[in-house]
Amino acid sequence: MANVVLPDAVLVKNYVGGDENALATLIERHQSKIYGFIYSKVMDRDVTEDIFQDTFIKVIKTLKTKNYNEEGKFLPWVMRISHNLIVDYFRKTKKMPFNRDTEEFSVFSLMTDNSPNIESKIITEQVEVDLQRLISELPDDQREVLVMRIYDDLSFKEIADLTGVSINTALGRMRYALMNLRKVIEKNQIILTN
Amino acid sequence: MAKLYSKKKKANPKMSPKKETVNFLLNYSKALSITKVGDLTFENIAN
Repeated sequence: MANVVLPDAVLVKNYVGGDENALATLIERHQSKIYGFIYSKVMDRDVTEDIFQDTFIKVIKTLKTKNYNEEGKFLPWVMRISHNLIVDYFRKTKKMPFNRDTEEFSVFSLMTDNSPNIESKIITEQVEVDLQRLISELPDDQREVLVMRIYDDLSFKEIADLTGVSINTALGRMRYALMNLRKVIEKNQIILTN
Repeated sequence: MAKLYSKKKKANPKMSPKKETVNFLLNYSKALSITKVGDLTFENIAN
């Protein structure tokens, strides 16, 4: 019972001083955390068992050679050793951790196809057709500026030169064109989103 | 057949190594003695 309240640093000191029971207490205290940590990475019971064992063999050797000097941080130190051994394991087997397709996790959540599917293609086409129809309803001067700006990608300076009006007039026509479009869209409750 | 929507737990929350592993480590620790002589380190395992 007295061992339960002893901090890790004291147990480590006792172990280095020759008290073998201190190691038993340390293992007992931290085994599930370390074991769980290793298992969460390798996902294999046998490998976990091996790495757990190797971790503590390193711990024992380091403590017995009296090379340990991180008093008070026993668990993070052991975790780091096990982490390094896990890295070694993956390096040795050249195996990357992989995700199995389970009920709550689909591998397709990792692999996505960013190209639009047939549904979104159809929707996009419909949106474009609707929008073109709306644009054709605009007054000529506004439609001209909007088409030049959005479809032909011309600057307002170029539009002004081509249509023979000032830049401000072109900007104003564009503004009214957009306002009129919004008005018609709102009035007719048209949904123009993909 | 009805589909079960209850979530499967991936791992037991309390995982611990086998008794044999822990016993091996404790026995290994008891058997191992390390002697340092200058820069040299000698590992002895008493069987």
